[in-house]
Amino acid sequence: MPDGPGLELLRGEIDTDAPGAVLATSYEKERAALIVDAARVIDVLTWLRDTPGQGYRFLSSLHVADYLPAEPRFGVHYELLNRERVERLRVKAMLPAESPEIDSCVELFPTANFQEREAFDFFGVVFHGHPELTRILLPEDYVGFPQRRDFPIGGEPVTFTYSEGRYGG
Amino acid sequence: MEVERRKFEARQASARDMLRGDLEGADLEKYVEERVVTTTFEKMLNLARANSIFPLTFGLACCAIEAPISIVTARYDLARFGAEALRASPRQADLIILSGRVSIKMAPVVRRLYDQMLEPKWAISMGACSSSGGMFANYAVVQGADKFMPIDMHIPGCPPRPEAVMYGFNKLQRKIIGSPDQGWRRRYNAVGTEEWARGGPASQPSPEAAEAYELARGLTLA
Repeated sequence: MPDGPGLELLRGEIDTDAPGAVLATSYEKERAALIVDAARVIDVLTWLRDTPGQGYRFLSSLHVADYLPAEPRFGVHYELLNRERVERLRVKAMLPAESPEIDSCVELFPTANFQEREAFDFFGVVFHGHPELTRILLPEDYVGFPQRRDFPIGGEPVTFTYSEGRYGG
Repeated sequence: MEVERRKFEARQASARDMLRGDLEGADLEKYVEERVVTTTFEKMLNLARANSIFPLTFGLACCAIEAPISIVTARYDLARFGAEALRASPRQADLIILSGRVSIKMAPVVRRLYDQMLEPKWAISMGACSSSGGMFANYAVVQGADKFMPIDMHIPGCPPRPEAVMYGFNKLQRKIIGSPDQGWRRRYNAVGTEEWARGGPASQPSPEAAEAYELARGLTLA
């Protein structure tokens, strides 16, 4: 795991080869993260995978988080792992609420196939270039993206003795 | 104890006499009266149905550990009630135990399994999740399985203990012996969807299927 100075050194190296791709860095709770430009996330991932001495060749997780009041709203997280040095690195791309679109990284990491479909299924993030971007867990005819924070949670109110005032008897 | 033994010996003696053909008149009448029970065919049929239920081998979630798995093991032994033969096909089963939460994606599948079971058939909703949604009050889980299929018995618990499942099973048996038709086909607008082993409307192909069959047969022969 790169520590704080190591992360800055890494950023410097990326800036040399792909200027402007990394917008910021973050080092919290011993987790190093690169916040990158969403349009150039494939460049950064390719660089981290293929550059000699880096070797982040394993995508251990791809997931999306919804930071609703914030803008840009959606964060796509790529958890990379270097298996030789057992170093983990997070790459994060922020997407706007109106058009959450990003390039697919299935070409780089085949394991991203199902995980991008899951992210599309629950958050509606569109991955351009994905071979088959359809719903994977929810029914095919489901309407909406239920893991977004503004999606109603569903269910039915149940009247217990203590909640009669809230729901009516 | 001695009295019981004398009575038993007397019964044995009269049975021996009956088999020899020695019993006649009032003795024969008494013998028959003591040993023969008269009932209606319906009641006998329901008795047989209640005591030879074939449950479907089917589990949905964590309740499946209790219902189809634990209750057939030696400790609880559902075979005592004549239901040890779990069937892997809905075509051979007549009881489905919904053991766990039913997600909105699983609900059509469960309904289809239920529709494929042959009449007469029963369903047990086991645990809080399949009865009401339980703790999963969210977009993904059906809030109560009786929204999409008829349920004969609800067993509360999270999960219910195997004893509770067997108590519910015994209640279902009593229900079967009592009055099997609960009128759910009228309530669920499903009159005419029965499937029978042989005979009955559902065992015949539909006109469209018969026509397609004839067409295919003609094409093959020509």
